[in-house]
Amino acid sequence: MSGKSLFQKVWEDHIVVPESADTPAVLYIDLHLTHEVTSPEAFSVLRSRGLKVRRPDLTLATLDHSTPTVPVASLKDLEIVSEPAAAAQIRVMIENCREYGIELLGFESDSRGIVHIIGPELGITQPGKTIVCGDSHTSTHGAFGALAFGIGTTEVGHVLASQCLLQRRPKTLAITVDGKLGVGVTAKDIILAIIGKIGVDGGTGHVIEYRGGAIRALDMEQRMTICNMSIEAGARAGMIAPDDTTIQYLKNRPMAPKGAAWDAAVARWRQLPSDADAGFDREIAIDSGKITPMVTFGTNPGMVVPIAEPVPSATDDSFRKALAYMGVTENRPMLGMPVNVVFVGSCTNARLSDLREAAGILRGRKVARSVRMLVVPGSEQVKRAAEREGLHEIFLAAGAEWREAGCSMCLGMNGDVTARGELCVSTSNRNFEGRQGVGARTVLASPLTAAASAIAGHIADPRPLLAH
Amino acid sequence: MDKVTIVTSRTVVIPQSDIDTDQIVPARFLTTTTRKGLGKALFADWRYDRAGNPKPDFLLNRPEAAGCGVLVAGNNFGCGSSREHAPWALLDFGIRAVISTEIADIFRGNSLKNGLLPVTVDKATHRWLIENPGVEVTVDVRESKLLLPDGRAVSFPIDGFSKHCLLNGVDQLGYLLNQSAAISRFEETRSWKP
Repeated sequence: MSGKSLFQKVWEDHIVVPESADTPAVLYIDLHLTHEVTSPEAFSVLRSRGLKVRRPDLTLATLDHSTPTVPVASLKDLEIVSEPAAAAQIRVMIENCREYGIELLGFESDSRGIVHIIGPELGITQPGKTIVCGDSHTSTHGAFGALAFGIGTTEVGHVLASQCLLQRRPKTLAITVDGKLGVGVTAKDIILAIIGKIGVDGGTGHVIEYRGGAIRALDMEQRMTICNMSIEAGARAGMIAPDDTTIQYLKNRPMAPKGAAWDAAVARWRQLPSDADAGFDREIAIDSGKITPMVTFGTNPGMVVPIAEPVPSATDDSFRKALAYMGVTENRPMLGMPVNVVFVGSCTNARLSDLREAAGILRGRKVARSVRMLVVPGSEQVKRAAEREGLHEIFLAAGAEWREAGCSMCLGMNGDVTARGELCVSTSNRNFEGRQGVGARTVLASPLTAAASAIAGHIADPRPLLAH
Repeated sequence: MDKVTIVTSRTVVIPQSDIDTDQIVPARFLTTTTRKGLGKALFADWRYDRAGNPKPDFLLNRPEAAGCGVLVAGNNFGCGSSREHAPWALLDFGIRAVISTEIADIFRGNSLKNGLLPVTVDKATHRWLIENPGVEVTVDVRESKLLLPDGRAVSFPIDGFSKHCLLNGVDQLGYLLNQSAAISRFEETRSWKP
């Protein structure tokens, strides 16, 4: 009999009622994260049916998606800076949390931030947990060896009312990444290369486990970048086995276990990695020694090329439509394409190490006059840590904007947008048409490539700037 | 949820592949606190010009699309964001079934919970549907079959529980709440507590 995978162990540990031919499993959820955009209709259902939140202590709320990234000290400020609908949505969130006894990390909290950044930094994201949120990038938390996936609003209501979800067991996909990373090549480039290889539907129906020497060598923030974009390959969840790096990261975090409970948790987490003889439904190997900085050229994250290589020839109408939308020419590299906006931020790349990488490129240099650069820390804690190191001074001296925490220009619903026709090199996760604003064109890249492009005023390879 | 047993309608075809939920409902329409009225936001950036007028060449705006309740889309429909606003918008517009070669996981789950039918078919059937817009088709939930005008019946996958819920109008939240004794037992007896 073969051993068990990390996914299998976490899945089986949360089965309240096993699945049968006729019914899905009832799966227990250890942590439910929620935000203002995908929860209001779920609370409305509770209210109309007279239901309580079963475990308010296992739900944590924040404000990030429609929340402005200019300073908001009070709800009165919010009315001034936000569109009325966005302000109303935030007020509804505050009211729902108050009514149902859910902890909200709101404007007055020094822990507010993007939902997938604050869970890990507070230490409430832990190995072996089931974690859900009405947001597809919940896959981020899988970096800790949690089973974490995005859900719709109806399911947000299910978790609020029952702390459980009805789920069919997904298939498993092992992606083994080996090979020493070159200078200027980051976790973002690894995950873009993976999505380019397997496609935006390559992971549909599967939970991915990322493994291999190159994954083990990554720190937790880099691992989160990898797992974050699992959904861009169609996989609801991506997982990485917990190890010393994971445990070291979590130790002494505010919401991590303490004392004897810590020791017991660590002992439990040590049992989670996949057994040597565990089987997977599919397996793929990636040589990360061959990966170079990656940039997208089309309108989904699978349309991606190494920065110096030519964009492939169009194969069908959808491909041609994407190139036309982007103003990209086939058979030519993306290098040198003029840039209007650079965005460093989002749940993919707005942690302290991402900001350090961007600042390392920008130190002593200036953002090109033709470029607007926006740097948006992922959380209030990331913001303060960056300011303690003086990173904000580097960004401001270079001519970039330094904002409050939030989802910002990853999705155009909070006032931060790229204008119609403009090209944005973005450290976020989706280059869909209009994602960053109506008619906006997005090129996904690492913080290093984004910063190098900001200085050059066109898409630029960061590696020459790192050589000396 | 209302019962859904059979959907019979003409098709409207959008052949683009990898249509993501940001196209189905752009993010700026998500600053709402109700699921109602999202039909006007459906495919907003493809459907309207800068002045907000319908683009006459967009497929959903053509006269022959009026009243079509089955959307045939290119390969891999509904990828990207988990926003349930996507099926809400399709239903509010009048779409009751979506046909593609592949349908993204979260969108599929959200659709089934709202009575929108996600139908995946083989490549040959899909190609035929793309090339023959406006044909009348029937999606039969009980038989898990898509009936084409030439009499062909093409099976599509749907899990038994979702089928049961659609056919009987079963509310999944009610089903979960009925498990409350098992949930309590799980909470009390598990070997560790979150």
